[in-house]
Amino acid sequence: MRSIWRVFHKEFGEALRDRRSLFTTLVIGPLLMPTLIAVILSLAIRHGGAPSRRPFALAVVHAERAPQLLAFLHQYGVRIEPVSGGRTAARRRVGRTRGPLLYVPEDFGAQLAAGKPAPLRLYADESSRAVQSRVQRLSALIGLYGGTIARLRLAARGLDPQLLVPIALHPIDVSTPQSRAALALGMLSYAILFTMLMSGLYIAIDTTAGERERGSLEPLLTTPVKREHLVYGKMLAACAIMTISLLLTVAAFAIALRHIGFDRLGMSINFGPGVAAGIVLGCLPLIPVGAALMTLVASYTRSYREAQTYVGFVLLVPTLPLIFANIMGLQPRTALMAVPSLSQHFIIMSLLRDQPLPGLDVAISVLVTLLLGVVLMFFAGRLYRRERLLG
Amino acid sequence: MIEARGLLKRFGRVAAVDGLALHAADGRITGLLGPNGAGKSTTLRMLYTVLRPDAGEAWIDGASILRDPLEARRRMGVLPHGAGLYPNLTARENIEYFGTLHGLARAVRRGRTAELIRRLEMDSFADRPAREFSQGQRVKTSLARALVHQPRNVLLDEPTNGLDVMAVRTLRRLLSELRSEGHCILFSSHIMQEVAALCDELIVIAAGKVIIQAAPEALKAHAGAQTLEEAFVRLVEREQAGAEP
Repeated sequence: MRSIWRVFHKEFGEALRDRRSLFTTLVIGPLLMPTLIAVILSLAIRHGGAPSRRPFALAVVHAERAPQLLAFLHQYGVRIEPVSGGRTAARRRVGRTRGPLLYVPEDFGAQLAAGKPAPLRLYADESSRAVQSRVQRLSALIGLYGGTIARLRLAARGLDPQLLVPIALHPIDVSTPQSRAALALGMLSYAILFTMLMSGLYIAIDTTAGERERGSLEPLLTTPVKREHLVYGKMLAACAIMTISLLLTVAAFAIALRHIGFDRLGMSINFGPGVAAGIVLGCLPLIPVGAALMTLVASYTRSYREAQTYVGFVLLVPTLPLIFANIMGLQPRTALMAVPSLSQHFIIMSLLRDQPLPGLDVAISVLVTLLLGVVLMFFAGRLYRRERLLG
Repeated sequence: MIEARGLLKRFGRVAAVDGLALHAADGRITGLLGPNGAGKSTTLRMLYTVLRPDAGEAWIDGASILRDPLEARRRMGVLPHGAGLYPNLTARENIEYFGTLHGLARAVRRGRTAELIRRLEMDSFADRPAREFSQGQRVKTSLARALVHQPRNVLLDEPTNGLDVMAVRTLRRLLSELRSEGHCILFSSHIMQEVAALCDELIVIAAGKVIIQAAPEALKAHAGAQTLEEAFVRLVEREQAGAEP
């Protein structure tokens, strides 16, 4: 047991000394991912949120010619900004601001009073998606206004306005900010687990394929230490690095998500210190699985480069269940808690949503994952007994 | 003292070492001599327990390499072929790490490391990271690492490969000192001058078998040759002619 500790001590110390790889594993990963997710989440909340309810500005030339229409638009959240100038000035202005801009021609009032189609000019640069959606909203609102006038005219002529409405379609948007954010939050557990596994990649390769490529493995095997103890020490060092990375990542998420403003949307994203600690504890059992898996694969490869390729693929294996879960919309079930990485995903989500899982489910996740880690570590130890390892 | 009997190692269908027996005594430098591919490295790798023989047995100071490999490893220091270091550790840390793995207490391992650094003239680079080292500095560090637990038996696989004259002289001096301290030294080489300058005993191997084990003078007499090189060539050629009638 003491030799395991000695190997661990050296490998961990050496990993901490390699500034460049340390920077990528402990700074870039744990900071970049949370920042990225926070940005995506806040974009999803702001821009994905119902566009029909957000107010926007509309520049209007000759606003005095259509006061009632503009008052109607104002009711529906359009901020009217009267501007001056002729048609060419309007066109130039839209070229600059992309629009939309409403130009009210001189004969607008007269045509309307005469019961004829009253002209309006709407300038907009529709190559912008934001402008496009505003133009659609304006068209719908102006159509609504026109419909009201049409019904009044029919009524004035003694006809039933309902003649104009053969079909009544009511689109009902049932999406809520919560459900939109939930999709993005699904990425959060993916990001935590992936960053955690990723951080062990360098040290797992360096202590196996790297050690062999440098030619330091053979001298190491001549020391009076059991071969499996050597590999246990190496895997523990990878576990330690991954644990540090996990702590940093979750801390970074806890800070980053606080600045998104879920509360404004009435969402209960709960990422206080208690939840963060719960997430760390829930994910810890997966660390030995990742370390052993990467060590096993890296030990089989012949060179550092080959190891990077294969271990990169191996990293996908624990993340596959998450992708399937997202596609198939899997919900936590006791049987699914026996699937490592998927069960960690469920634990993270349940903590974030403040919907605690049954204790049995959590226990199954922890025990099954730990057991798999122990089995994989044992196999990695066995592998080091083989001569082929020397390549 | 190193003793081997009937060592056999096959890679696929080729027997790299084929029923090899040898004996290396304490207080002597024994040279393992042979053409490329004769099985020198394979023999040493079996002796230092990295490869497992398919048949045969060997003992390091009586500790069986098969039944008690950990004890056998405790009794020997090994400089494998092309020994690599940990690039982020300094020479001193590389040496001390092996001291740790041999279970030496901190004070002991520090003292021994310092002594080896002095003895191998490593002061100028002892506290620099190993990634910057020249080949000579690497070999010296590997050698110090192999000796940190003061092994009775020292096995070296082509130790002078890639060394300059100065480094070779330091190495030779160290091996002579170890001999006079009563260590058993077994090293492989294909460089005749080196073997002639150092060895008390020679083991000539070809095609995985020992052709002869004798002192240099006896070897020359046996082959009927004036120089060691001539003797070596004759013995190897005679063996090959005998093997292919």
